[in-house]
Amino acid sequence: MKVTALNGIHKRSGAKMVEFAGFEMPVEYSGIIDEHMTVRRSAGIFDVSHMGEFWIRGSGALDLINQISSNDPSVLKSGMAQYTCMPNGRGGIVDDLLVYCFDAEKYLLVVNASNTEKDREWILSHNSFNAVFDDVSSEISQIAVQGPDAVKVLQKLTDINLSGVRSYHFITGAIAGIDDVVISATGYTGAGGFELYIKNRDAVSVWEAIANAGMQYGIKPAGLGARDTLRLEMGYCLYGNDIDDTTSPLEAGLGWITKFNNDRKFVDRHFLEMQKSEGVKRKLRGFIIEGKGIPRKGYNIINSDGEITGRVTSGTISPVLKKGIGMGYIAADHSSTGTKIFIEIRKKAIPAEIVKMPFV
Amino acid sequence: MNIPVDLKYTEDHEWLRRDGDEAIVGITDFAQGELGDVVFIEIETKGEKLSKGDIFGTVEAVKTVSDLFMPVSGEVIEVNEALNDKPELVNKDPYGEGWMIKIKVSDPKEADNLLSADDYKKMVNA
Repeated sequence: MKVTALNGIHKRSGAKMVEFAGFEMPVEYSGIIDEHMTVRRSAGIFDVSHMGEFWIRGSGALDLINQISSNDPSVLKSGMAQYTCMPNGRGGIVDDLLVYCFDAEKYLLVVNASNTEKDREWILSHNSFNAVFDDVSSEISQIAVQGPDAVKVLQKLTDINLSGVRSYHFITGAIAGIDDVVISATGYTGAGGFELYIKNRDAVSVWEAIANAGMQYGIKPAGLGARDTLRLEMGYCLYGNDIDDTTSPLEAGLGWITKFNNDRKFVDRHFLEMQKSEGVKRKLRGFIIEGKGIPRKGYNIINSDGEITGRVTSGTISPVLKKGIGMGYIAADHSSTGTKIFIEIRKKAIPAEIVKMPFV
Repeated sequence: MNIPVDLKYTEDHEWLRRDGDEAIVGITDFAQGELGDVVFIEIETKGEKLSKGDIFGTVEAVKTVSDLFMPVSGEVIEVNEALNDKPELVNKDPYGEGWMIKIKVSDPKEADNLLSADDYKKMVNA
């Protein structure tokens, strides 16, 4: 099992460790609900070094990314980040990812840990543009500092004006005495904050500096458990649950990152254009459980006649709402907001309602 | 890890405290730690006569759901209603306020075959 540079810190702080995507990762420290609420109210610090990072450089870099990306990378200016996914040529999704533009010939792609090898093969197989590809996943640590107080915590550690870094923008500079840290105003919690990309050898000192700087704000380490409940409250997709090689970006509600403009050519463009004009047969929707019960991946979604109309892809209890929330694919003609549905939980039909996301 | 010596244990991480022909049942400190934050307990078997190993309820934690199994055969005569409003008692005090059901034991000898604290400790490598 692989470990991150922060593995020792997690174990010393008593984290419960689990295997995730081949890495030994902290799933929780003080408890998922406590960590979740700490991120919503003040700030939390996450080790997400398992994520994969690829550099794509050279005069063909933009052409390569344009070919594989559902979103349009040509709109990116230096210092901007973009959420996108890679269509798989069969109507599904290879992975979802962030694309960072350093300059017109230098991009950083940040991909899911579980997909790093698949993504590398996929991207290399489409590199007819002579772009220079460099997998630096094992060299880079990623620390996410998330929550309303994240900016105040990090501001104590850098001269860069962090409030000036707008959402989905980044800056490279010194923080906690470490040079060349990529400081990105992005995250997977909806709570605001930053994601930092650091060399492995600097990860421990940056983590400790943030923990110390955040003490006055009650910062706490947060694990993959809280990361999952936080993203689900926002309705963010998780690859492997809500999107995968069999789900199309349009079914998943990712039409907003599927751009057909400028006659741009990209994998699955024709299929997705056709799907867009014909309409999808199922849609990824959010729902809230009325009363008790927690939806889980794989549970059936049924209508008032008892017919199966969909399946849950992610579910949890929302620590903020204190209710069961979930997402799932539902037959398009049964998927309108406000529709009363039922989730089959241990052979009982538990009432729920389709709602707009985010949940909080 | 807390494993009281006066209780009996199952391989499914329930504990049993005998009191004459009645017994109290809950889940162990190890079990609550593995589950993490308990958010909801569903026990709808009050008044039912169940056999050893039968499911008497389920416990929902944030990340996972787990069935609860009868350590011995008997009738469920009481359910800890306090858990409806405070499921976190299972995390905070698994052997005390976090108890789950009281049962009328059918065959007291069955309890003799459950794990001792020492056996259970070995099983979970505590």
